[in-house]
Amino acid sequence: MTKIKTLADLERIKNEMRSDKDLNGSQDNSENAVKIKVGMGTSGIASGARDVMDFLIEALEKRNIEALVSQTGDMGYSYAEPTIEVRKPGQKPIVFGYVDVKKADLIIEKYIKLGEEVEGIIPVNYQTIDD
Amino acid sequence: MTNLGGNKMSRHKQIRIALNNCGVIDPENIREYIARDGYLALGKCLTEMKPDDIIREIKDSGLRGRGGGGFPAGLKWEIAAKNQADQKYVVCNADEGDPGAFMDRSILEGDPHAVIEAMAICGYSMGATKGLIYIRAEYPLAIKRLKIAIDQAREFGLLGKNIFKTDFEFDIELRYGAGAFVCGEETALIHSMEGLRGEPTIKPPYPAESGYLEKPTNVNNVETYANVPIILRKGANWFNKIGTEKSKGTKVFALAGKIKNVGLVEVPMGTTLREVIYEIGGGIENDKKFKAVQTGGPSGGCLTEKHLDTPIDFDNLVQAGSMMGSGGMIVMDEDNCMVSVAKFYLDFTVEESCGKCSPCRIGNKRLYELLDRITQGKGEMEDLKRLRNMSNVIKDTSLCGLGQTSPNPVLSTLDNFYDEYVAHVTDKKCPAGECKDLMTYFVIEENCVGCTACARVCPVGAITGEKKEVHYINPEICIKCGACEERCKFDAIIVK
Ligand SMILES: Cc1cc2nc3c(=O)[nH]c(=O)nc-3n(C[C@H](O)[C@H](O)[C@H](O)COP(=O)(O)O)c2cc1C
Ligand code: SF4
Ligand code: SF4
Ligand code: SF4
Repeated sequence: MTKIKTLADLERIKNEMRSDKDLNGSQDNSENAVKIKVGMGTSGIASGARDVMDFLIEALEKRNIEALVSQTGDMGYSYAEPTIEVRKPGQKPIVFGYVDVKKADLIIEKYIKLGEEVEGIIPVNYQTIDD
Repeated sequence: MTNLGGNKMSRHKQIRIALNNCGVIDPENIREYIARDGYLALGKCLTEMKPDDIIREIKDSGLRGRGGGGFPAGLKWEIAAKNQADQKYVVCNADEGDPGAFMDRSILEGDPHAVIEAMAICGYSMGATKGLIYIRAEYPLAIKRLKIAIDQAREFGLLGKNIFKTDFEFDIELRYGAGAFVCGEETALIHSMEGLRGEPTIKPPYPAESGYLEKPTNVNNVETYANVPIILRKGANWFNKIGTEKSKGTKVFALAGKIKNVGLVEVPMGTTLREVIYEIGGGIENDKKFKAVQTGGPSGGCLTEKHLDTPIDFDNLVQAGSMMGSGGMIVMDEDNCMVSVAKFYLDFTVEESCGKCSPCRIGNKRLYELLDRITQGKGEMEDLKRLRNMSNVIKDTSLCGLGQTSPNPVLSTLDNFYDEYVAHVTDKKCPAGECKDLMTYFVIEENCVGCTACARVCPVGAITGEKKEVHYINPEICIKCGACEERCKFDAIIVK
């Protein structure tokens, strides 16, 4: 039972999530996985984010790349949608804009596999509440 | 100037508070919200704080309503808390009717639990056990994610009875709006939820006194709520160091129009329009010339070049002749005709007026007709005076906020772009080249080779000319469809 009764219960879930065991219900050893978030607000979906997400899940699996692909809300960059955030193990997350299926393919082949640069990177332009 | 928490971290112009989790977590997974300290504020409030402490904290934070009016949130909660009743309600206004606005939708789609958590906190602090979210039916994804989030919160015991092992219980239901703009006005919204016609009624009584089912009701906007859990986690003194003296925290804007980086931005209050448009927005599309920026939607106004360095906050925008509104920000360039912009908003208002009171129902229609005449080149100088007088009457005598603010787009364009009105009226010209009726198509003789393509495509036979000779467009016949201009391969047809 997952009922939360105390602040400690919250802390427990937080810790579980930090070790990432439960993310997407996957039991992968996700420390080594590439983590990809796809911006799926209304406007992201309208510009094709769902196709990109389906493609990423299928292609990464086929190409034997350990990865966790999840959806997230609007990243704010309407002008460059669909947008995805890619975090390679031990690296800073990078947001790519204008990602169609072709671009997603390029991101897998060039950035994820080889660490080469791919066009369309959107630099972080905000600070968070923890900065 | 902008103060970012009193430290030197102003690397970026934006700071994401209301959008903290938006585009970061999976909104359909409550665990991801909890992993980012979600529900910690609710837990702390219920187990460590008294309702009064929470209200004081919200008051001290300086949080003002993000739905347009900018009323202090803590004060509103306090009034609702003081009014005794057997039942009270916490309402979230997710009607978001401004054309072009999508801040609230994005928050609900990207971080629904933040709003749920905030509503529960509000319920605890004012003594309410029921929450209602009024959301427009045209937001299916936001509705879907809210439903999932509410179900998950119930499953985790974060909604329901004995939350955090206390006596406190709270639950939330969704109510759907049909997308009428006026239903975003809080009294109309409440009537609509009661199953009555979505028409405003006179305040007082305010909802905090007599709202839903005549019980004390706290109505806040989506973005207002989204700030609450973070304020309680980080403390009022963290929040109130961001922003200006009278407007604390940040504001989310939906940046749209002739701007390069269309999208959502969240900036500290006090950021200038120039910073938003040029530094965050990347400047004007196609490097055209900036002309105006519209804030506040149909209730707001158009600001110009001279306002670019105005720090954005509730009071400054009003002083400049516009208002904060809910956060629509539409940028216009040299090709936008300001009379047409005013006409666009009046068209919207006429469509959305509920018709209950005559200044708004009839007055706005008359304003629209005057503007329409002017854009057709049939206006007279006297009309400009009529516009202003009628605007003032509508503002002063309308029953609700819709009518009281609807003339703002007219007044602000009259104030800031008077010459453009005069050009329409006296020269019968639209300087921006947007008003079709005031444009003429003609052939540039030097460029015309007499290929006859234009004459063949003209649907009304307005173009004459012999083969291999210069053609001529008869302005009396031309309906300004633009087909000839598009067809001419020699750039010989222009419109002016
Ligand atoms: C015509 C009209 C439309 C409104 N539409 C909205 C709306 O879509 N969303 C909203 O939050 N507030 C809207 N408001 C403001 C609400 O009446 C109310 O002030 C607000 O929901 C209070 O929440 P806040 O204090 O958190 O801003 C509207 C007001 C008027 C007069
Ligand atoms: S001002 Fe307009 S919208 Fe408001 S009550 Fe009167 S007619 Fe209805
Ligand atoms: S299409 Fe252009 S070039 Fe040809 S006749 Fe018309 S104006 Fe002249
Ligand atoms: S604008 Fe249309 S109607 Fe006018 S001359 Fe050209 S084709 Fe004919």
